Amino acid sequence: MKSFTVLQGIVAPMDRANVDTDLIIPKQFLKSIKRSGFGPYLFDEVRYLDQGEPGQDCTNRPINVDFALNQTRYKDAAVLLARENFGCGSSREHAPWALEDFGFHCIIAPSFADIFFNNCFKNGILPIELDANVVDGLFTEVYANEGYSMTVDLATQTIKTSLGETVNFQVDEFRKHCLFNGLDDIALTLNSADAIRSYEQGWREKSPWLFDVIK
Amino acid sequence: MSGQTLYDKLWHSHLVEERDNDCGLIYIDRQLIHEVTSPQAFEGLRIAGRQPWRVDANFAVPDHNVPTELHERSGGVAGIIDPISRLQVQTLDDNCRDFDILEFQVNDVRQGIVHVVGPEQGVTLPGMTIVCGDSHTSTHGALGALAQGIGTSEVEHVMATQCLLQQRMKNMLVRVDGTLQAGVTAKDVVLAIIGEIGTAGGTHHAIEFGGEVVRALSMEGRMTICNMAIEAGARVGLIGVDDITIEYVKGRPYAPTGEQWDRAVDAWRELHSDDDAHFDRVVELRGEDIMPQVTWGTSPEMVLPVSGIIPDPATMDHAGEREATERALQYMGLTPGMAITDIQLDTVFIGSCTNSRIEDLRAAATVIQGKHVAPTVKRALVVPGSGQIKQQAEEEGLDKIFIAAGMEWREPGCSMCLAMNSDKLGVGEHCASTSNRNFEGRQGFGGRTHLVSPAMAAAAAVAGHFVDVRNW
Repeated sequence: MKSFTVLQGIVAPMDRANVDTDLIIPKQFLKSIKRSGFGPYLFDEVRYLDQGEPGQDCTNRPINVDFALNQTRYKDAAVLLARENFGCGSSREHAPWALEDFGFHCIIAPSFADIFFNNCFKNGILPIELDANVVDGLFTEVYANEGYSMTVDLATQTIKTSLGETVNFQVDEFRKHCLFNGLDDIALTLNSADAIRSYEQGWREKSPWLFDVIK
Repeated sequence: MSGQTLYDKLWHSHLVEERDNDCGLIYIDRQLIHEVTSPQAFEGLRIAGRQPWRVDANFAVPDHNVPTELHERSGGVAGIIDPISRLQVQTLDDNCRDFDILEFQVNDVRQGIVHVVGPEQGVTLPGMTIVCGDSHTSTHGALGALAQGIGTSEVEHVMATQCLLQQRMKNMLVRVDGTLQAGVTAKDVVLAIIGEIGTAGGTHHAIEFGGEVVRALSMEGRMTICNMAIEAGARVGLIGVDDITIEYVKGRPYAPTGEQWDRAVDAWRELHSDDDAHFDRVVELRGEDIMPQVTWGTSPEMVLPVSGIIPDPATMDHAGEREATERALQYMGLTPGMAITDIQLDTVFIGSCTNSRIEDLRAAATVIQGKHVAPTVKRALVVPGSGQIKQQAEEEGLDKIFIAAGMEWREPGCSMCLAMNSDKLGVGEHCASTSNRNFEGRQGFGGRTHLVSPAMAAAAAVAGHFVDVRNW
């Protein structure tokens, strides 16, 4: 797993609620059997004016100039500022893959959809939940200040904005530990292999119809 | 001490190790696999040199990318025209062969949408924990199983460890008492629930559906409701086991038999929330109050009764709601004050893991029998959820009813629900769809989706616009 320690970067706004995973990465790109290369198609339907196809070279596609990520000031953004229920919809991990491939390593929103939130941690992306009014304030600052950036420090659980403000955030201790150290969570779980085997044996005795049937 | 909810019972019976902060390592009985979210997981296993923990816990079927037109379908995997789709389906076949996982391949009569096939085959059973790299895995909760969608990293994790590390969810009860009016179906019930609690209403919760209306539903209807728990923000939907559940499971190909069946039924009888169980949140609806529902916007919570009027953003106080409504109306090409019944339709889609089961097809056929699709409707597709449903429908003569009405009778798959294959809407087209998501572009670039029940979709196909199927 990729690690996350300290991130310093430009903040870009995604100013709409209920951004769904179809919007983050449309379905035609899910045909890929790879984990990488989704960045050029992030937010494809609102970022470009035409319909994107997998494998397409995006350099000459007509862009939607009103879309924030197409504006020069947000070109190298690493933090995405978003609204309520970000990442709702499907379980596609292609959504965090696309965000990460584009260059986003932190997403700040008042709330996230469960599966998306979970998928972020598996890909070195830190999703941060902040109060809606704090997020509102950050949107105002992003719009008012070109080059607005922040430093996100996972160890101290603090955000320092380029205007000098500090915001604290919460993160689950175990997730923090795994993300900070970039741990392989399969290897971690396999440390409990004896417990899994022991559970499995008892469960097999209790519910034998769940075993050795599908083959 | 209060009793346990169904979710609590399933959690505790699968808990391998308790961790801090209400987290736990839970054992997974079944992993359902399809072609879209699994290739990277298999690749991860290979790179790390790992093997599946328990091969017989896994089951695979391709569904998202498969063509639904017979001429393309009859060539099997090799006949899939889109080379990228073909490679993805071929990769699933290859991975299942290499790792010795049971797969129903594309032209196996048992193939179909993973969430239709699992219960139909008895691969899904009450009391199980089930995962799949697809958010509509919540469907299987209708059988009293703890079933949820996961991302690809977790697909790999479950393959390698047979476990999932997760935070325990909160408990929500949605109770629908009373009775439904004639013409009102499970789909209308779940859309009404989403309209009530919103698309984030169930976030961090497992939603159990209960009450007289839910108890009276068939398993098909119950699966429709649990399927869309995720559209209410909940990864998990649940319905307690009763005689209807047990009767449904009995005799399925992978269900237990003989002495094991009796033992299983004894265990399954316990799979309901205790009378004194505590729920963190309870939402109540009356069945009589629910009318046929139609979504008008780009989120499932943007839903109204068929008698409704398109809302006016100018009257909304909350800036976020106003902007979201304006954006949705612009995308959908609708104006405030317009009647839902005045929305003209270009396409009708009957199918998806929400509404492609035999009961759904019967409901649509009953409405459309002896009638014809309106001349203004360019295309009407009926896509059964599995090869076996297709066969059964043909034995009942439903295919002839659809074809006589001017509808296309297709091969099973996800089809236009998410338009990964060639079944997709054109720019600006309005579609009456029995699927589950009306997001921008979901059914095709620029396409406009209206979610409805199969009966409402069939009636709309005939009229060319939405009509109240209660007056049909």
